[in-house]
Amino acid sequence: MNRSMIDLWVGIFVAAGFAALLFLALKVGNLATFSTNDTYQVHAKFANIGGLKVRGPVKSAGVVVGRVADIRFDNESYEAIVTMTLDVSYQFPRDTTAKILTSGILGEQYIGLEAGGDGVMLKQGDRVRLTQSAVVLENLISQFLFNKAAEGKEPAK
Amino acid sequence: MIEVAPLRSRLERLGSTVTSQVWRLGYASRFLAYLVLHSGTALRRFRLTIAEVYFAGVLSLVIILVSGLFVGMVLALQGYETLQRFGASESLGVLVALSLVRELGPVVAGLLFASRAGSAITAEIGLMKATEQISAMEMMAVDPIARVVAPRFWGGVLSMPLLAALFSGAGIFGGYLVGVQLIGVDAGAFWSQMQAAVDVREDIMNGVIKSVVFGVAVTWISVFEGYDAVPTAEGVSRATTRTVVTSSLAILALDFVLTALMFTGGNG
Repeated sequence: MNRSMIDLWVGIFVAAGFAALLFLALKVGNLATFSTNDTYQVHAKFANIGGLKVRGPVKSAGVVVGRVADIRFDNESYEAIVTMTLDVSYQFPRDTTAKILTSGILGEQYIGLEAGGDGVMLKQGDRVRLTQSAVVLENLISQFLFNKAAEGKEPAK
Repeated sequence: MIEVAPLRSRLERLGSTVTSQVWRLGYASRFLAYLVLHSGTALRRFRLTIAEVYFAGVLSLVIILVSGLFVGMVLALQGYETLQRFGASESLGVLVALSLVRELGPVVAGLLFASRAGSAITAEIGLMKATEQISAMEMMAVDPIARVVAPRFWGGVLSMPLLAALFSGAGIFGGYLVGVQLIGVDAGAFWSQMQAAVDVREDIMNGVIKSVVFGVAVTWISVFEGYDAVPTAEGVSRATTRTVVTSSLAILALDFVLTALMFTGGNG
């Protein structure tokens, strides 16, 4: 095989290799979503974030409108500070409620945004003041058991 | 008292084996440093390197693509079997893509590359040494490391990440064929769940980094074993075997170290 044929085949090989990388990045990975659009960041404080992860989805009415960018612990209020990156094409009022919800029974946890009625929209760096923490199964069960125990005592009186 | 003499000779043999292995490791490291410092020729006369990309990369394409396709197809079959028990068969795309991009792509492509291209590099350089072509070059004041070894090294290092990417791509396509076309998982769920779960920086870039590391390790071992081979027919055959064994072990050990560094301890 002569030189120019080798060059041709190496060219095809390198092009195919880069095409495979591009396929992985665009079709398999999530490069296409959200990295090209402009975004803004808002913060929210939660008493308990449960199993929320960085890069988890932020949904409103079931539509993904952003991602969780950062999760930190506030040393003063002993709460979790969650930073969300939202797409600029989705604007939310200042009195929006942020809840930590679970998709399905065993599914991943995400932040659900429920729009309020304020005319002023959230801007870059704003804080979502109304939040609702994750439901922790153990707390729920213990609450239920205490209620049951309290019910059981009343007829004895 | 009778037992002492054989015990001593055994200990001596153990000591000399360890010493010679450490000595070889040092020699191999010096060889790599010399190789990288004297690879000017391979980069200036880039055609030499391109020819080696042809031998190491293009000729490995068929085995890489076919293996990738079958690995992806098997992953889809096996994964579906397990996932449907939990009613999570829509996550099949995630399973196939993450296992290929993070682990199987770089590792299996690296193992195939070591046995397909690495052994060929060792045999070629070893045979050049056995037929005294290397000595002839030295006689003509041509540096054999710069002229023979460096192009092969860079050819292998350039080919390996591309081969791993092609392996993963072929595997995901194989998983799509079996999962969506044959079993009938919903195509939308297959791709969208995959896109939601696979991160470009965390998963794909780390896979590429792995394949680059494996490429350097395998090609380094191959050229070194070839250059260091005993210049006889038996010596070359031993060197070729050593290349495949050492490269495979190096890939698996490095994979563990890299996985521990990349995918644990993070907050993701």
